[in-house]
Amino acid sequence: MDRSRPVASTLRYVALLAYLIFLAFPLFWLISTSLKTPQELAYIEPTIIPENPTFDNFRAAFREQPIARSILNTAFVSSVSALLTVLLSIPAGYVMARYRSVVSRATIVWVLLSQIFPWVLVIIPLFLLLRDFGLYDSHLGLIIVYVVWSMPFALWMLRSYVASIPFELEEAAAMDGASKARTLREIVAPLLAPGVVAAGLFAFVSAWNEFLFALVLIRDPDLQTLSLTLVKFIGAEGVARLGPLAAASLVATIPSLIFFAFMQRRLTGGLLGGAVKS
Amino acid sequence: MKLLAPPRGPRVQQQPRPRRTYLGLDRDGLLLAVPALIPVVLFSVYPLLRGIYLGFTDAQAGRNTETTFTGFDNYRQLLGDTYFWDSFRVGLIWAFSVTILQFFASLGLALLLNQKMRLRWLARTLALVPWAMPPVVIGIMWRLVYHPNAGLANSVLKDAGIIDQNIDWLSSFSYALPAVILVGVWAGMPQTTVVLLAGLQSVSRELHEAASMDGAGTWQRFRNVTWPAIAPVVTAMTTLDFIWNFNSFGLVYVLTEGGPGGATRLPLLFAYEEAFRYGNYGYAAALGNAMVLVISVFVAVYLIRRMREAT
Repeated sequence: MDRSRPVASTLRYVALLAYLIFLAFPLFWLISTSLKTPQELAYIEPTIIPENPTFDNFRAAFREQPIARSILNTAFVSSVSALLTVLLSIPAGYVMARYRSVVSRATIVWVLLSQIFPWVLVIIPLFLLLRDFGLYDSHLGLIIVYVVWSMPFALWMLRSYVASIPFELEEAAAMDGASKARTLREIVAPLLAPGVVAAGLFAFVSAWNEFLFALVLIRDPDLQTLSLTLVKFIGAEGVARLGPLAAASLVATIPSLIFFAFMQRRLTGGLLGGAVKS
Repeated sequence: MKLLAPPRGPRVQQQPRPRRTYLGLDRDGLLLAVPALIPVVLFSVYPLLRGIYLGFTDAQAGRNTETTFTGFDNYRQLLGDTYFWDSFRVGLIWAFSVTILQFFASLGLALLLNQKMRLRWLARTLALVPWAMPPVVIGIMWRLVYHPNAGLANSVLKDAGIIDQNIDWLSSFSYALPAVILVGVWAGMPQTTVVLLAGLQSVSRELHEAASMDGAGTWQRFRNVTWPAIAPVVTAMTTLDFIWNFNSFGLVYVLTEGGPGGATRLPLLFAYEEAFRYGNYGYAAALGNAMVLVISVFVAVYLIRRMREAT
């Protein structure tokens, strides 16, 4: 069909190329900026490709106290959030898959409903609540919020993983006299490992990328997460600072890139994969 | 694996549950589910309900202020507030532009990705990139693109001879909103593209072939075969996109903080300022409630129209 209509085929490639440029160029520019020297950034005519590519900006970004500390803060908050989310979601996700309960339906309704309500309705009472508990401006408060807001989706993910494990396996264990807890620990948990990794990564990346809750709930500069520090960085934006800002932004992207590399099979394999079959 | 008993699934379900149940859970189920449910209820369901309630009070920042129920006072005040009207106008322009442009851009890309083409793998990977970036980084990245002196946009447009002076895109009254809308489209394309592509792949190939044998052209096949098949996906996705876009905050906060002079002050940016700059919690929550109302009205009208078209 392509050969019979060369014009249409050419047009399609032109369109695809336009999309590629539109999608890739901002990212290309970020990378290019992160590799430029301060002198080159100050050129009146900006260069597209760095003349003397250098990693100085990355070094400078890490040397800046606030950025290095905020990376540690973010890593801490995200890891603990992911761990807690997974620990709480495994048993609850199991229940959602194995029981015919209102809880399963309520969780899905909650996931959908929470999309409609603007963030401001939640953040004001949450701010007041955490302040009353003495958790405002603390990592623990932020962790609680992250766990709670990534849990419904993590539950939903784990539920489908549990549902794919045959119930007969558990019955067999029960007939052999294993307790429910032991069945869960020794039969279900190992089979659930890929789901646990996926849910844990999801929770980690959600916390790592999060900005709005941190903006309201963290005030102390020493406790800031990376998103927050990067945004504060913008304020003092001299041209010379653009390089380290771009470099730090790229570093901030690494965890989600790992997540997407891990999930790509699911995203493109499950949804986009059909077309590859020939 | 000889432990596996012969299939006995159905019998298990017929057995009456011996123990008392609550919410459809027995004691074991409750023990497993409750540790997850308590924090969710305490730190997300309860705050949301209280937030809705705050919209009907005069709550203020400060520990010793008293909060009283004021009914619809906040909403009367909203109607007379020009900042409110401005921000909702900006919010609706933003939400509609981004949703519509995003839809057409994503549909085009999904149609291309659904065909056998060279470089498709590259386009597929790149199509996911915006999705894999933290919103704050997307904002910073586009600030670099729009930077008045060191930015890519000015450099390319000057080389192409379209402009002859550097433009400060994000500080200009006339360009800030369109510039921000373009970023919104870029950032939201992956989800929409992936979902539309999934829809396209469920379109029956036989029907397509039959139609082309009957002499239907490309457009006619799209109109009569593809479109009816993906219509439900389109409705669901555009609805969600509209809700997300109307409720968006982070991207525009990083790009412009609502400036210049409120030209990009989306409703949530306005509410954020009211709550955390001026401490008017009740008024900010009322704004949130007004947003829910606006979203519900638009979504309801849209869904009803789409359903009429379908029948």
